[in-house]
Amino acid sequence: MKETQRRSDVVIRFAGDSGDGMQLTGDRFTSATASFGNDLSTLPDFPAEIRAPAGTLPGVSAFQIHFADHDIMTPGDAPDVLVAMNPAALKANIDDLSANGTVIVNTDEFTKRAVQKVGYEANPLEDGSLEKFSVHEIPLTSLTVGALESFDVTKKEAERAKNMFALGLLSWLYSRPVDQTRDFLTEKFGRKPEILAANLAALEAGWSFGETTEAFEVQYEVGKAALPAGVYRNITGNLALSYGLVAAAQRTGLGMFLGTYPITPASDILHELSRHKRFGITTFQAEDEIAGIGAALGAAYGGSIGVTTTSGPGLALKSETLGLATALELPLLVIDVQRGGPSTGLPTKTEQSDLLQAMFGRNGEAPVPIVAPQSPGDCFYAAIEAIRIATQYRTPVLLLSDGYLANGAEPWRIPDVESLPDLTVSFTTEPNDTDAKGEPVFHPFLRDPETLARPWAIPGTPGLEHRIGGIEKADVTGAISYDPDNHDYMVRTRQAKVDGIAHTIEPLSVDDPSGEADVLVLGWGSTYGPIAAACRKIRDSGLQVAQAHLRHLNPFPANTGEVLRQYRRVIIPEMNLGQLALLIRGKYLIDARAFNQVRGLPFRSEELVEVIRSEMLGESTTRFESLTEESLA
Amino acid sequence: MTASEIPALDLVPKTDEVQKAKDFKSDQEVRWCPGCGDYAILAAVQSFLPSLGLRRENIVFVSGIGCSSRFPYYMDTYGLHSIHGRAPAIATGLSVSRPDLSVWVVTGDGDALSIGGNHLMHALRRNVNLKILLFNNRIYGLTKGQYSPTSEPGKITKSTPQGSVDHPFNPVSLALGAEASFVARTIDSDRRHLTEVLGAAAAHEGTALVEIYQNCNIFNDGAFEPLKDAGTKDSHLIRLQHGQPIRFGSEDERAVIRDNDGQIRTVDAETDGNVLVHDAHAEDPGVAFALSRLADTVSLDRTAIGIFRDVQRPSYDRLAREQLEQAGDPAGSTDLSDLIAGPDTWTVA
Repeated sequence: MKETQRRSDVVIRFAGDSGDGMQLTGDRFTSATASFGNDLSTLPDFPAEIRAPAGTLPGVSAFQIHFADHDIMTPGDAPDVLVAMNPAALKANIDDLSANGTVIVNTDEFTKRAVQKVGYEANPLEDGSLEKFSVHEIPLTSLTVGALESFDVTKKEAERAKNMFALGLLSWLYSRPVDQTRDFLTEKFGRKPEILAANLAALEAGWSFGETTEAFEVQYEVGKAALPAGVYRNITGNLALSYGLVAAAQRTGLGMFLGTYPITPASDILHELSRHKRFGITTFQAEDEIAGIGAALGAAYGGSIGVTTTSGPGLALKSETLGLATALELPLLVIDVQRGGPSTGLPTKTEQSDLLQAMFGRNGEAPVPIVAPQSPGDCFYAAIEAIRIATQYRTPVLLLSDGYLANGAEPWRIPDVESLPDLTVSFTTEPNDTDAKGEPVFHPFLRDPETLARPWAIPGTPGLEHRIGGIEKADVTGAISYDPDNHDYMVRTRQAKVDGIAHTIEPLSVDDPSGEADVLVLGWGSTYGPIAAACRKIRDSGLQVAQAHLRHLNPFPANTGEVLRQYRRVIIPEMNLGQLALLIRGKYLIDARAFNQVRGLPFRSEELVEVIRSEMLGESTTRFESLTEESLA
Repeated sequence: MTASEIPALDLVPKTDEVQKAKDFKSDQEVRWCPGCGDYAILAAVQSFLPSLGLRRENIVFVSGIGCSSRFPYYMDTYGLHSIHGRAPAIATGLSVSRPDLSVWVVTGDGDALSIGGNHLMHALRRNVNLKILLFNNRIYGLTKGQYSPTSEPGKITKSTPQGSVDHPFNPVSLALGAEASFVARTIDSDRRHLTEVLGAAAAHEGTALVEIYQNCNIFNDGAFEPLKDAGTKDSHLIRLQHGQPIRFGSEDERAVIRDNDGQIRTVDAETDGNVLVHDAHAEDPGVAFALSRLADTVSLDRTAIGIFRDVQRPSYDRLAREQLEQAGDPAGSTDLSDLIAGPDTWTVA
């Protein structure tokens, strides 16, 4: 029996070739970890190329998981353990490893040629460069092939099972259950019994290897986390968003129509929703981004919940239709799973740089409400909230997720669906006004006095036949109007309608346990985790800092200015060059300090700690972007 | 044929009330230029719709941008005037999600073939249940007179003072190449022919593309004059009738024949009885394509009008709806709970 040590949290990164199955390995490890009861957070990090040339740096695909016996906020700054399936994976990731970290390398892949291919002058396993780490050199490929000798599989198929060997080994090392992975493999390879048997055997062999080899003296345990009571599952942002859409459609009582075009990292929402037709969801893979949103808008006109999904470049293409939806004042949900830009940018990496595009990226005054989820599980609720706003206010709504939320996973407490908000929609079916002769008449732009929303009267409703379009319409009647005063009134009214949404959203709340902080860190979207983790660390060190996170970016919660003005200093970290900071400064005249990174990766909380601390202590730092007049111009 | 006898309109509610053309006139003042061919088309559509016997509220006109796209404002049905080129996309979402509607798209040569070419093409190949009326005046009207993708080569306009160097589209050829199941051409001033074609389009399940030659009397006046002038129209126009030999000319002396080498061509004096019989239902669109290309782009001699192609293919709407129906219904909220929980859960006490 080997020694067992307890750890409060561990960060593991699996890294290999794009074809090595690292995402699958990470996903299975995550699933086991979730069902074991740890809190966790994951960060898949893979290239845009489906199969980049084997053994090269651009082809490295990695999956990081942070799991703990307490609640955690991020996938972890620096891995404690790096599993490197080849020299490229080692080279691409070793600099991130924590001091005294553990490296598990697949020595079979460290041939002279493979080592040189990625630019190592000498074999890193031999030149002492890994001295500060604890290195386990394991011939993962040959051990796997050896273990599968008696199986009816080719050598190539046997080699391909090496990720399951690695998973088995890591599962043993961190005392993870493997039952679910067995079930998963059985489902996946049910029709290929030989491959199934080989993968199960490889998994088993990895586990046994850990148990028997002297290379590993210690087995680790990470206890269950004390999460709030409830039934949990593991969930990624894109899946949570998809379920949020299904739930919202059901709560509205209407059918849902997703018109979309495949784009990374949003396509999984299309894949998921296409499987749930029985919930009244139609999915339409259009010829392009423009047709995607166009069809969704057409369906919305017909009385469905119209949804389109995209990422930055696609949002640019949808701009004109989004403007039309603003003019038509029909409900529509546009989901932008942001990625690195501009242009094609970094398709598989995360960024928050579409905020201003979402806010302003249309011709004319075309305000669109913006909702941003803060964690993978929160995508579920953000989708429901976005559809609440869209249907209640008859307006297109933008939901800004991002690549990190989309693919990252966390444990999620499954909600009671009966407790979700009632979003029942009633269409207008009767005339809503009288004409000059006192006859009943329908006026498509006669607004609800409270919400300023116009009636949603769908084709097929007798007596309410009317025409709408992108040309400016007269107030109340909706007839074409080029009248100057009417246009001024309509522009202001559409803005007032969107501004008025602030009355129905939660006020901005501040997390400041001591109530004594004079520095506030303000964020939005997926930076919630890293900012919260940084604030915790700062408080642990005896300093006080406040955190507030915006879920609604347009309109801002009504109390936003009031909250921000209570602090000596407001710091805004963003994965862009200061887009929220620009809005906050412009709207509230607050000298907010922007901290910005656009590395395609989430913030490291340690880095935020350093930045926030130096600002609190009044130390000068060059890390802040100076939003001078020139940079704002 | 009334709507109740048209399978393609099975799902659209019918009315017992007697409808008149004026029932389809909205209260909006029509703002096309006096003398525009659009007036004739509007009047023809308003007179034709009562023959379908559909409930007025179940008819929707969707348009893009351009002179023709103002059409929906003048119809007392539901209407959506959208953005340039996108009407087929928007109408697709409406049609697929609402099988109880009769959805018409009104577009022009610039709207459908230039900025919106992609959407037109894909609507046709999918066979979405749309009736697309393409008003072709071979010019940009609303932007005041630039050449369009159907203008004849060498067209002198404001944007092409030395003559355009673009090669034009033939909308019927384009539609046939895009897998269209129904393609027709007609003329604004020929009310009877126009009405006949509209009727066939309405009866078709799937996308029906109707190209309507339309005169822009301001920027391209007389573009189709050889097909309208009493002195030339009979000699220039080939009127296609399904099942009929294709003869034309003032004395029916001209004809379309199939050569011994299989080529489709016209002869000025048909003598040997080898006249091609028009088959709009032919599975292979090859002959229809050849017919669409007989016309001389400039003189318009040998211009075929009528229904080039009308074949049965299930509409996208129908196939999508069948998948929805096969998926069944959720059993209340339990199904939603089961869905979001998934197979792997754990409980924290």
